[in-house]
Amino acid sequence: MSDHDYRPKSKVGQWFNDRLPLLTLANHLTDYPTPKNLNYWWTFGGILTFCLITQIVTGLTLAMHYIAHADMAFESVEHIMRDVNYGWLIRYIHANGASMFFLAVYIHIFRSLFYGSYKAPREIIWIIGIIIYLLMMAAAFMGYVLPWGQMSFWGATVITNLFSAIPLVGEGIVTWLWGGYSVDNPTLTRFFTLHYLIPFLILGLVVLHIWALHVPGNNNPVGIDVKKPSKDTVPFHPYIVIKDGFALLMFMIVFAFFVFYAPNILGHADNYIEANPMVTPAHIVPEWYLLPFYAILRSVPDKLLGVVAMLSAILILAVLPWLDTSKIRSAVFRPLYKQFYWILVADVLILGYVGAMPAEGLYLLIARVATAYYFLHFLVILPVLGFKEKTLPVPLSITEPVLGGSPNLAAARNKESKIE
Amino acid sequence: MKNLFKLFSIIILIITSNSYSFAAEKVEYLKTDWSFKGIFGKFDRASLQRGYQVYTEVCASCHSMKYLSYRNLAEPGGPEFSEAQAKAIAASFEVTDGPNSDGEMFTRPGKLSDKFVMPYDNVKAAQAANGGAYPPDMSVLVKARGGGVDYIYSLLQGYEEAPSNVSLDDGVYYNKYMYGNKIRMAAPLSDGLVEYGDGTNATVEQMSKDVTTFLMWSAEPHLESRHQMGFKAIVYLIILTILVYFSMKKIWSRVESEV
Repeated sequence: MSDHDYRPKSKVGQWFNDRLPLLTLANHLTDYPTPKNLNYWWTFGGILTFCLITQIVTGLTLAMHYIAHADMAFESVEHIMRDVNYGWLIRYIHANGASMFFLAVYIHIFRSLFYGSYKAPREIIWIIGIIIYLLMMAAAFMGYVLPWGQMSFWGATVITNLFSAIPLVGEGIVTWLWGGYSVDNPTLTRFFTLHYLIPFLILGLVVLHIWALHVPGNNNPVGIDVKKPSKDTVPFHPYIVIKDGFALLMFMIVFAFFVFYAPNILGHADNYIEANPMVTPAHIVPEWYLLPFYAILRSVPDKLLGVVAMLSAILILAVLPWLDTSKIRSAVFRPLYKQFYWILVADVLILGYVGAMPAEGLYLLIARVATAYYFLHFLVILPVLGFKEKTLPVPLSITEPVLGGSPNLAAARNKESKIE
Repeated sequence: MKNLFKLFSIIILIITSNSYSFAAEKVEYLKTDWSFKGIFGKFDRASLQRGYQVYTEVCASCHSMKYLSYRNLAEPGGPEFSEAQAKAIAASFEVTDGPNSDGEMFTRPGKLSDKFVMPYDNVKAAQAANGGAYPPDMSVLVKARGGGVDYIYSLLQGYEEAPSNVSLDDGVYYNKYMYGNKIRMAAPLSDGLVEYGDGTNATVEQMSKDVTTFLMWSAEPHLESRHQMGFKAIVYLIILTILVYFSMKKIWSRVESEV
């Protein structure tokens, strides 16, 4: 942060700021120089902040009426839906908000993959982001257990049972996680506690995520370092604030559509049946945002190796900055990487699809091929590509092309608008 | 701008196509016009009142509705019986209350604040009376079945003679919309089974539609206010988005860059 020379105008402001430099922080946040060529894919950071705050506010309200007890949880949710003033609205925002949160985070992650935002000097931002993503999955999974419907109960049983794959201590760990010999009241109460805790951990990590971002500043679609502040940048306020606000409003329209007109379309009907340990549902499926990893888990015939594969699929992202050997950030100037990028996107969507289907026959075969390709992309294609790929010449700055005019800038702009 | 719109439509498409459709063998459900579908969808009051009649005269002998109270019958957005009617309905049921000051349980006529009286004391009693099958609670039944209202509506009309290659045990019936085609509930409806007060002809189709409408309301009692609020919220958001869009254009016109 280079703006230490800021000094509040009023005497009171100076007095306060000398003791706690909150005004310096506020000034830093408003003046923060941002590349002016950021496209709408960059608005999802702000959207995600909105999602987190929405989940926390609605979650706190729900917790005032929810009862974390195996005999009363389902009924208390119905009480919220029927008798609490606007309880149905708060619960539907919270339930669909989780889906919206993941939708936004996937776009955010894939934006980072396309424009190479994880590369030096932004590795720490990226790794904090992966930790946030892991915590989000934990929070979402435990939140889905709380209504104590059939999918809650059986989802919790399947996922916690994964730990039994650990040799020797596996069974013991599962019993310890459950607080008993099956998913039951102790499991529910601890999941509720952790579900309440994790969002605040995420909030803290988001502060670090943004802090780490403000050291090098934003990456941008061209993927080059920009001088700050310069003709290439605009102050965060009002330029980025209004743009983020506009994108957020568009996002909220989609969000509102789900909440008001299709509030249950993303959930599973079985979760409106109260949990029953005696009856197993025909298909146990996680929420849509976990399906690609569920597909990876099921594509490996061995239980332990399946769990290892699933965890590696996420953790491999943490070392991505070192797996990608290319010095060029933006895919705009990496013709080969760009193609592999879209294949990866398709691969993950296919994994999500087969994750929702029964693990047999053709679906299982597709899941195996897609799983293999997923790891191939990160472990082989990316490292090799950095050495083999012929990249396009990169412009020197966003506004001023190389002396004599760079043909690539025009090409870059063209391509940006295409993928926007 | 155009691209952004495209982006959001793709997002919606991906999500909705990703929603679970699991019926292993897909059956075409019977279709009917539901008044509560769509952006302005509302319940048909008369149909809800008839549906309540079908529920209470037919279904309620086996199926509970434990999350509903008699007061709900008079609340806006529901069947909207008058308060006097709802009170009369409640009073027609015997409710166990207590213990009184002598420590005894006693029965009294129902009040608006009482939950719907359940046909059986507990799940075991319900199973014992129904050959081992538990008639599910109907409060949120519509939301607890993949096909929703269309499934329930079809199921009620889906009883047929079993094909010759299907053998049925005693107390099991053939229904072409049931998962696996075998159901422990005998065909609950037959033409003229109830006598509608408003003179509507009580065909199986009519009763199925009325009772399914009633079940939709019981699962989503705030559906009407949800639809109304949703319309206002989305119109408000669209107007605000347009205003913010032009403000953004104005602000960004100061710098040489596109938004």
